[in-house]
Amino acid sequence: MMPFLLPLLLAAAPLAEPPVAAPAPTETEAPVDWDKEFGVVRKARDPATGEIPVDPYVQGDANAGAHPFAGDGMARAFGGQAGIRRITDRTLDLSVADPRIKAIFEEHDMVRLRRTLFEQVCFILNAGCRYSGRDMKVAHKGLGTTRADLNALVEHLQQAMREAHVSFPAQNRLLAKLAPMDRTVTER
Amino acid sequence: MPLISGALALAAPCAAREAITFDGAKLILTNGITSVEGSGGGGLATWATISGMGTNRAIGVSAHVTGVELPDFRLDTHGVAIGIRDRVELSYARQNFNTRQIGAALGLGKGFQFNQDIYAAKVRLVGDLVYGPGWLPQISVGVEHKRNLDGAVVRAVGARASAGTDFTVSATKLFLGASVLANATVRLTKANQFGLLGFGGDRKAARSVQFEGSLGYLVTPRLVIGGEWRTRPDNLGIAREDDAKDLFAAWAVSRHVTVTAAYVDVGSVATVANQRGGLLSLQLAY
Ligand code: HEM
Repeated sequence: MMPFLLPLLLAAAPLAEPPVAAPAPTETEAPVDWDKEFGVVRKARDPATGEIPVDPYVQGDANAGAHPFAGDGMARAFGGQAGIRRITDRTLDLSVADPRIKAIFEEHDMVRLRRTLFEQVCFILNAGCRYSGRDMKVAHKGLGTTRADLNALVEHLQQAMREAHVSFPAQNRLLAKLAPMDRTVTER
Repeated sequence: MPLISGALALAAPCAAREAITFDGAKLILTNGITSVEGSGGGGLATWATISGMGTNRAIGVSAHVTGVELPDFRLDTHGVAIGIRDRVELSYARQNFNTRQIGAALGLGKGFQFNQDIYAAKVRLVGDLVYGPGWLPQISVGVEHKRNLDGAVVRAVGARASAGTDFTVSATKLFLGASVLANATVRLTKANQFGLLGFGGDRKAARSVQFEGSLGYLVTPRLVIGGEWRTRPDNLGIAREDDAKDLFAAWAVSRHVTVTAAYVDVGSVATVANQRGGLLSLQLAY
């Protein structure tokens, strides 16, 4: 999400609550271009990657927020990169379909999130990836996510891992790497 | 426009004061079960967990019934608990302890029951069972105020008082990397047989420091097996009291229903040795 759009969206959200008498568009009136009214500039997706550019940041594996496992045991337990991609994709599919948390993902660049979440998990599992995304604090700033949201996401990750037949102890070993991130990915 | 959005941004914190409701959003089984004293825990031990399925922005509630079948006695407990913002737990439990034939032998009458009310409060000080640094457990302090309803009888047995208050400090952590759940609790207590035989006695009137340890292994997301050990005071001259131990399996049938079965060994109870039996507990949580 473009950082400058977010505050506007957050600020605008409460407006929707008490029905603000928005003049019903008449035939003579053209539909209002709210992006234009609010001065919102939508960045274009990169034609090659399909991603929306983000503000510059320093890249590095440290942004993944956890040290990778040693050896290839965990990578194999997750079915290598192909297995990991199925699991992270499935986690996000379940999350954007979950009424409890789907709204948080709306208006965000899921193309980028699919790539970076895969990279992060692949890096942590020592399955041969570098993490090129932002650090967890920066990536989740302003999302207002709660412990309940985090638990919902964890449930989806657990379901995805179960469907991929990852053993339960291996599932928990990955969760052990993610659990200490709670303070950086949630705000309330 | 900037003015309006500025004002709205200022108003935003008010949203934090929205009505606190049920969210039922704890991870399955991480609410724990209910101890024989009604507080959130294992079966014998009080844990640092806060009852109910509510997370830090919500409330949760739970109710339980537990039966412990021993060779010569039977203990039944039931109770309710409320968890507020995953921070504070308030609980009430009633214990009914049936002495069966032993009641007659002790001159109390066959099937005599000791009854006790337990009012408890627990506050989570720091840490989290699941999240946060792997080395930092969830740490809570608690008080359990116990009121034995058979004061004359427990005094006749040698107890100094019919009511008493336990103080607990518990540390509980789910070590995900090993799929292990561990708890350690220190309890200051003068209760005889949890308070069912009153508080303090001829051998010791004051509180003593006791220990409760629990170790569990997560077999599946819904099944944990393990064991517990609880040391207890030995205040009464006429009735020796031993440590209590159990081996348990707790199964989350659903997010809201947890069934626990355990093999329990409480040693000597009211002059009768070798009290080993089964515990069955049902907990509903929202
Ligand atoms: C330990 C748990 C979590 C991990 C490991 C994680 C991982 C990530 C990663 C790798 C990114 C992309 C960073 C980048 O774009 O450079 C990201 C962004 C994002 N995450 Fe998470 N996340 C977690 C928890 C959550 C939760 C609980 C939610 C909400 C339910 C959430 C919602 C989002 C959203 C909406 C974005 C996109 C932000 C943007 O477009 O700027 N995340 N997360």
